[in-house]
Amino acid sequence: MQQLFYFIKKFRYSLLFILLEILALYFTIQHHSYHTSRFINSANFVTGGIYSKANSINEFFLLKDENKLLIEENIRLKNQLNKQNFNSSNNYFIVSDTSKYFQQYEYTSAKVINNNFTKRNNLLTINKGNNQGVDRDLGIINSAGIIGVVKNISSNFSTVLSILNENSRINIRLKNSNHYGTLVWNGKDYKTLQITDIPRQAIINIGDSIITGGKSAIFPEGINVGVIKDFKFENNQYNEINVSLFNDMSSIGYVQVIKNLKKKEQKELEEKSINE
Amino acid sequence: MNNLILSNSLRFIGLVLLQVLILNHINLFGYLNPMVYIVWIFLFPLKKNRSLFLILSFLFGLSVDIFSDSGGINAAATLFIAFIRISVLKTILRKSDFDYLLFNIRSLSIDKIFLYIATLTIIHHFIVFSLEYFSFNAFITILKNTIFTSIFTIILSILGILLFTKKK
Repeated sequence: MQQLFYFIKKFRYSLLFILLEILALYFTIQHHSYHTSRFINSANFVTGGIYSKANSINEFFLLKDENKLLIEENIRLKNQLNKQNFNSSNNYFIVSDTSKYFQQYEYTSAKVINNNFTKRNNLLTINKGNNQGVDRDLGIINSAGIIGVVKNISSNFSTVLSILNENSRINIRLKNSNHYGTLVWNGKDYKTLQITDIPRQAIINIGDSIITGGKSAIFPEGINVGVIKDFKFENNQYNEINVSLFNDMSSIGYVQVIKNLKKKEQKELEEKSINE
Repeated sequence: MNNLILSNSLRFIGLVLLQVLILNHINLFGYLNPMVYIVWIFLFPLKKNRSLFLILSFLFGLSVDIFSDSGGINAAATLFIAFIRISVLKTILRKSDFDYLLFNIRSLSIDKIFLYIATLTIIHHFIVFSLEYFSFNAFITILKNTIFTSIFTIILSILGILLFTKKK
């Protein structure tokens, strides 16, 4: 017994070191698996508060770019509106029964207060949380394209799993055909992402547009992602399809949070069908 | 004594904020972000209680982790260099026992300071990038990141120490 005490006393620093190191590695491993990093994240009162203070100073210098993006989006939306007027005047005899329409997606605005894009696994922080109706697994986009999916929430802040992350898998499809694939990132260049799981029957050309597939109940179908940059076709299979993003992930200001109001219904139905 | 506690606490908070608000967003050449916050480990007095130092450096790394959403990566690396600091100093100074009480980093010659900071920085960065990429396939990327980021960190750390500490 005395020898045991002597041993502990002699190696107490090493034992303390090993104990703390195991704790740190536990946090690291937990962080690498999606959905379990509950303790160590920047969606909390202190870090969120400091980041939003720092961001309000930074924001001032980005007003010009932000205005440009808003004007571009306004013009696009106005054009769409005009198109709709034209169509409805042609089809004036069709009476649309509004009670048959139900809103499926709800959009809220939020601001990115901490942006990362240089690491292997990038997470962003936004200034909306549980109190503002943000929940886990909601999609985040801006006017140029997709950004990520909400990972952790606190009462006033949330962290977002960026598409520049090892754990990010987004369902996408080609704009000109109905072939689906998965958008992943190999960690090299933040402007270029990769597509996997695309069937070899799909015909791909450089410059083809990629949009979200709408299979996942997170993003609605048809949000812009990027264009095909280059690809390799070997052994009758597609290897290394590179996509250059429309979005500049290095400067993101205001974003939109997408809430799918029918997600619960869809998930329940899908689970029921699998279990039967 | 109180002065020492105060200055180390201020340095703790100041370096964490400097790291997460400014240095994490430098992105030199697109991807280089220096990790100058480990200067706190280099400057912590030697005569202090070692267990306290280990616990504090763990918390120090963890606070950087909470801000940058990186799990426990910085905590693991910072704790490791805190643990090996004395052994590294003993090897560099070629002394088995030196004056713990009067030790001051500015009393060393510039090449000794460089060797001390460079060794600990490279070890720290290698652990950080290994844990971040977490795969053997990315070994070349890990080495590349370690080397370039270390150069950046070492230059900034030495300049910072020479400018902001008093020579005794």
